[in-house]
Amino acid sequence: MKLHNTLLACASALALSSGAALADPVTVGMITTLSGGGAGLGVDIRDGFMLALEMDGSDAIHLVVEDDAQRPEQAVQIADRMIQSEGAQILTGIVWSNLAMAVVPSVTAQDIVYVSPNAGPSPLAGAMCNENYFNAAWQNDMLHEAAGAYANTLGYNDTFIMAPNYPAGTDALTGFKRRFDGELAGEIYTQLGQTDYAGEIAQIRASGADSIFMFLPGGMGISFMRQYAQSGVDLPIISAAFSFSQDMLPATGEAALGVYNAGQWSPDLDNAANTAFVAAFREAYGRTPSIYASQGFDSANLILSAVAAADIEDRDAFRAALRAADFTSVRGDFAFANNQHPIQDVYIRQVVEVDGEITNQLVGLAIEDYVDVYAADCAMN
Amino acid sequence: MPDFTKEHALNAVIALGLLVVPLWAYFAGEIFTITLFTRITILALAGVGLNIALGLGGMVSFGHAVYFGAGGYAAGILAQHAFNGAPLLGLSGSNQMLVIWLVAMAVSGLLAAVIGAFSLRTSGIFFIMITLAFAQMFYYFAISWPAYGGEDGLPIYVRNQFPGLNTMRPLELFLICWGVLMAGLALFATLRASRFGAALMAIRQNPDRVASLGINPFGIKLAAFVISGMVTGLAGALMADLSRFASPAGMAWTMSGELIVIIILGGTGRLFGPVVGAAFLVGFEVFFGGLTEHWKLWLGVVLLAAVLFGRGGIVGLIAGRERFG
Amino acid sequence: MTLALLFEQLLNGLQLGLMLFLMSAGLTLVFGVMGLINLAHGSLFMIGAFFCAAVAAASGNFWLGLVAGTAAAAAAGALIEVTVLRRLYTADHLDQVLATYALILILSEGTRIIFGPFPLYLDVPASLSGTVDLGLTLYPLYRLALIGFGLAVAVGLWFLISRTRLGVRIRAGENDREMIAALGVNIRALYTVVFALGAALAGMAGALVGAVQAVQVGMGEPVLILAFVVIVIGGIGSIKGAMVGALLVGVIDTMGRFLLPNIFATFMGASQASSIGSALASILIYLLMAVVLVLRPKGLFPPHA
Repeated sequence: MKLHNTLLACASALALSSGAALADPVTVGMITTLSGGGAGLGVDIRDGFMLALEMDGSDAIHLVVEDDAQRPEQAVQIADRMIQSEGAQILTGIVWSNLAMAVVPSVTAQDIVYVSPNAGPSPLAGAMCNENYFNAAWQNDMLHEAAGAYANTLGYNDTFIMAPNYPAGTDALTGFKRRFDGELAGEIYTQLGQTDYAGEIAQIRASGADSIFMFLPGGMGISFMRQYAQSGVDLPIISAAFSFSQDMLPATGEAALGVYNAGQWSPDLDNAANTAFVAAFREAYGRTPSIYASQGFDSANLILSAVAAADIEDRDAFRAALRAADFTSVRGDFAFANNQHPIQDVYIRQVVEVDGEITNQLVGLAIEDYVDVYAADCAMN
Repeated sequence: MPDFTKEHALNAVIALGLLVVPLWAYFAGEIFTITLFTRITILALAGVGLNIALGLGGMVSFGHAVYFGAGGYAAGILAQHAFNGAPLLGLSGSNQMLVIWLVAMAVSGLLAAVIGAFSLRTSGIFFIMITLAFAQMFYYFAISWPAYGGEDGLPIYVRNQFPGLNTMRPLELFLICWGVLMAGLALFATLRASRFGAALMAIRQNPDRVASLGINPFGIKLAAFVISGMVTGLAGALMADLSRFASPAGMAWTMSGELIVIIILGGTGRLFGPVVGAAFLVGFEVFFGGLTEHWKLWLGVVLLAAVLFGRGGIVGLIAGRERFG
Repeated sequence: MTLALLFEQLLNGLQLGLMLFLMSAGLTLVFGVMGLINLAHGSLFMIGAFFCAAVAAASGNFWLGLVAGTAAAAAAGALIEVTVLRRLYTADHLDQVLATYALILILSEGTRIIFGPFPLYLDVPASLSGTVDLGLTLYPLYRLALIGFGLAVAVGLWFLISRTRLGVRIRAGENDREMIAALGVNIRALYTVVFALGAALAGMAGALVGAVQAVQVGMGEPVLILAFVVIVIGGIGSIKGAMVGALLVGVIDTMGRFLLPNIFATFMGASQASSIGSALASILIYLLMAVVLVLRPKGLFPPHA
């Protein structure tokens, strides 16, 4: 929060000193989760985004941040206010698919640009794709498909798969199965927010599986991993980055060591932009960035690149500038598919301990230049 | 009829103020203020519904979010079927608000009848916990049942229609909600002044005595509970149209808590209590939410102070103690 | 499905039930003696987990953390009893609901301010990690210890209430509040002690469960609602009812989540069966509650029957 205020103060001081010669800054409204159980993700997205603005140094963007408390109706209300009363022309920041589904369709219908730094629900990538909706992270299925593809590489043949019983959970298992060639030893849907996984672990033990794929974001993943480590079941686990991102690892601890997880980014990804980003993030916030921070950082740079290239008032030109994606992503190559979701590589990371810190390390490439399966349903081209 | 009291004057001021501010905002171009006031009127209507059970009947329902959420789903599901043309139980969907309101009230009334039939076998603290638990049951069900979006909720792409008005215009939507709120308040006042209301309030104070007069307390309480659920369900349908979205979050226990907060802050059992409470809650959230991430802590402090020191809520503070039984 | 798996699931249900008992015992005790409904009981659970995690991380000793978590929850309980709740014993339930709802908001945000927005790390003690061979199946030692711990606390609580002077006063308080005041017992102090005891049980449950779960803000409310179901089934105010209710809920919830998808899988696809079975399993304990209410509206063991 402190940094936020200083940034705003700096921005306004700059605006005062440089006078009216510059165009008015574009107001970007960030609706994200800063309170409640999921606050860690929103905080990282915000911090990554603000770091990009700070490193850019220009005052082309006026950022307004607001907490949605992970409640859809709250997010809708904030979106209304940002558009109707604060003149926001670009919105971003939403962490969760259900909030995105509540906000995005009505926002894009009002000709406001939305850049997603995290959620990528399938309807928005397919039949409901929109020229004002840009996704700078991934389509929801993407990382799970990558996990499925890499499970083949690892030679898994009899995998037990598990996810919470809600749309993102069924998408995860569907995504994994789409690419996985082996057998399934079992398929379980758990309750959303479930904290005790003793029953599921018992079924895994009894199933005779040779490996596990699971999607349990947030606290659910921490609970599962810690209980799994105590269970005496010792099967390899493959997953998506969501339960093994940097904000979760300190709380999961050594129980997470060795887990494979799919992500389009990793802190040790070797490119100049990423090295600079990770160093600057550690310097500014005193912790290693998570995958969410990297997405916030990329979203900001994507928006900055378009603001520099085109006038926001000319929506067609501005959208074209966004579509060009003329910025250096910390994940390496980045381009938009016809549905304005990323075409990108997805890597496999493994949880390791480096100098006393539990973090992710790259171990391989799962899928290359991936375009999500819903792009075919999108009428844009 | 009681004389024209301070509370009547206050009520008139609130009802007009609620109408005048958005009209001013319309001419001043402050669109968001209209949206905010629409939200206040809808939450107030949900509160008026709960006030029938809680304020008149003394039934502390900690699960009224279920009816609010169910009303929202009624709107969302009908609109979706109207949008994609798929039949719903052999009938077609609808994007007409008037039809949707009737369905929303029927569905939430039915739910209230079922939940009430179980919960009203008990009273006091049992009742609080049981209504909460049943609400939680439907909440979990809504999250995990995949047909209508589950946790993702159900977007309404085109706002439902009202004859003669354009609901996409914020002011016209507000006027609809204001009108419905006034109708809800009229219903509350009529109920309170009726023989039914008198019996309900008598049951709250002394159920045994009422039973000895040959009146069935269970039947009267259940009827009040169902009406209460229907009004809250109607508010849920309006809220779904305002946010163009129906979701299980509307059924969460925090929503039930907020409805109780709205009523007590405004003044339990007072006609305009929920309106004042809703205005305060939304205003507090907008104002303090902009100042600090930790606004909920301050909301907690205010609520605590209201319970410990501010008996009778805001309306009670301004208009003095209640004259009705 | 094998016998071993069924046995392991029964143990899991038993363990969940005993942890629920720790939560429900405090809730039902506070209602029985003071007539108070405390929604903030889940926040005390959370406080126990957070302080346990913080102290265990600083000292490297889980047991020290467990003591600290229990003590912190007891202290927080005593504090809110003295400053707020004491004024509400004679108020109606509505005021109690609102005040303790306000306390949830304050304690949750307060915890976030002190400990930050990220989940904390808390691991099981080294002496209890790993598994033991129970013949039929391997079982995590820590979960076995939780079962033993829960049973020990239950016995201790029974001893406290039926065999000590404090217990005599608590039972007297449940029956007639005016009378024990007339007997010269310091009723204010008694209430504070009872509330702190209930808070300590919740905090202890939080600390114990925190070692195998995510320690995060909001972890208390789902448990609170389960505890409500438990004491409605058992009879509000009855410790024995809380025990029976907790075991019923623990076993039925665990078995339902395990068996229902398997039953559905016999006549539909695995994926669909798991999805629908899990959706129905999530409402099973509420249905149990409804059935109990129809048969016995005051719960299985009403205290003043």
